[in-house]
Amino acid sequence: MEIDPFIFRFSIFILSIFIGYYVVWSVTPSLHTPLMSVTNAISSVIIVGAIIAALAGEVGNIFDTANIFGFLAIILAAVNIFGGFLVTQRMLAMYKKKKKDKK
Amino acid sequence: MISANLLAVFYLISGVLFILALRGLSSPETSRQGNLFGIIGMALAIGVTIISVGNFSTGFLYLLVLLLIGGSIGTYIAFKIPMTAMPELVAGFHSLVGLAAVFVAISAFLNPEVFNLGIPGNIKIASLIEMSLGAAIGAITFTGSIIAFLKLRGIMSGSPITFFGQHYVNLLLGIILISLIFYLCKTQVDTWFWTIIIISFLLGILLIIPIGGADMPVVISMLNSYSGWAAAGIGFTLENTALIITGALVGSSGAILSYIMCKGMNRSFFNVILGGWGATDQSSTDKSKEQKPVKSGNSDDAAFLMKNASSVIIVPGYGMAVAQAQHALREMVDALKKNGVKVSYAIHPVAGRMPGHMNVLLAEANVPYDEVFELEEINNDFANCDVAYVIGANDVTNPVAKTDPQSPIYGMPILDVEKSKSVLFVKRSLSPGYAGIDNDLFYRDNTLMLFADAKKMTEDIIKSL
Repeated sequence: MEIDPFIFRFSIFILSIFIGYYVVWSVTPSLHTPLMSVTNAISSVIIVGAIIAALAGEVGNIFDTANIFGFLAIILAAVNIFGGFLVTQRMLAMYKKKKKDKK
Repeated sequence: MISANLLAVFYLISGVLFILALRGLSSPETSRQGNLFGIIGMALAIGVTIISVGNFSTGFLYLLVLLLIGGSIGTYIAFKIPMTAMPELVAGFHSLVGLAAVFVAISAFLNPEVFNLGIPGNIKIASLIEMSLGAAIGAITFTGSIIAFLKLRGIMSGSPITFFGQHYVNLLLGIILISLIFYLCKTQVDTWFWTIIIISFLLGILLIIPIGGADMPVVISMLNSYSGWAAAGIGFTLENTALIITGALVGSSGAILSYIMCKGMNRSFFNVILGGWGATDQSSTDKSKEQKPVKSGNSDDAAFLMKNASSVIIVPGYGMAVAQAQHALREMVDALKKNGVKVSYAIHPVAGRMPGHMNVLLAEANVPYDEVFELEEINNDFANCDVAYVIGANDVTNPVAKTDPQSPIYGMPILDVEKSKSVLFVKRSLSPGYAGIDNDLFYRDNTLMLFADAKKMTEDIIKSL
């Protein structure tokens, strides 16, 4: 008897929740804001669904309603990806340690 | 074209890179590298998806143009946004993830062949459940985040909006939502699918309007979590490992942050999302407010006190963000340090409007992160400290949380500001904080109130030093 592929994906899902749980607890509280902006950026990996939706179908017939929703989703996700990662970068660049040898 | 198996391996790799991105945030030193892993993971996922579709015709050109449009808007926002506006920005970004999830779900519903989910009118039941859940959570995230954005931005009042039977309406909508998903699976009629999305949009609004401004840290974390679950739902529909892993990571991350925020206020999660805080329980504290004497001082008094202190602890709060006082504060601390005063910063978990809000602002003002401490790390030091400088914080220092079981904030962990030898309280007036509770600290003998705008007062103190 074969196992439904859904079960495999479900296992990945559950294990990832546990990984997320332990990884996020080890995030230092002072970096909670960058944590939110970076999780926000990576959740925009939903763009892969948008790309498939937008480019699918017959060549030259990419303006189906389904494709248009794909294109719209691409724009939204792209704003998020660039905005999320760059603003995180900008924030993280500000976290500095005390200079050791200051007068 | 690449094989489905190879594609899955690449998605797995980007999932692992995303885990490393979060892992990097365990310390500021490794965080920048972590962010880089995240970017690589994203680029990899997008790259292999484009190759896998293999449609390098006109559509590909549109794709590039759209990526460029979205990307430049995102880049522009990322560089222009002031650090004080970070809560709004994150709320706004959440709404985009939510809407993107809705759009992808719609697209999958209209054209299921592309994703191997069956044909319109005969979509696999499991996929239908997954995509309607993804769409519903995405829609709730979208409108909920918009409301949160409007409240944080001040376009909408931060006070809770409640009406009679609110919770029952929400419950009813939730039940309708579940039955609609059931009917959709049974009949495959697209009207149900659209109705699910519309009801979810409505539910998102209704869920967030009763929650007050001070509870925004919980709301933002919660919406963060929702956007993750929405992504995971879509990930199951599209059978995409990267999306499933990411969705689970983001979902649990947001849930943990919500938990930490609730704990910081000693309130249960349900208590917060049911909302309406700040509208009740004022009666117990209103009495005898007028008669109590308050000592107030000016910048010279404050400067004198702090200059002669040997240690000072700064307690920043949302008021510092509103007044944009972080830079002035850093200058004041520099001046104090020149006088040989030991200065540290104490940050309450729910200070500000989102998790870690104060830390980012202090980092922006070049405050070294090893001078900034969390509640548990520093709370014992107040007893040995000469001056506590409270700038824009209120409820998180209110000793009533320990003494008065009647108080709505009773049991909330607070910064023990009252234990320090003297307390300087920068505030515009004696008005209570968001919780609507009078702060006992204002009337203590060792408290000196500095009535002014946080930034202006801090600047005046610098002059007096």
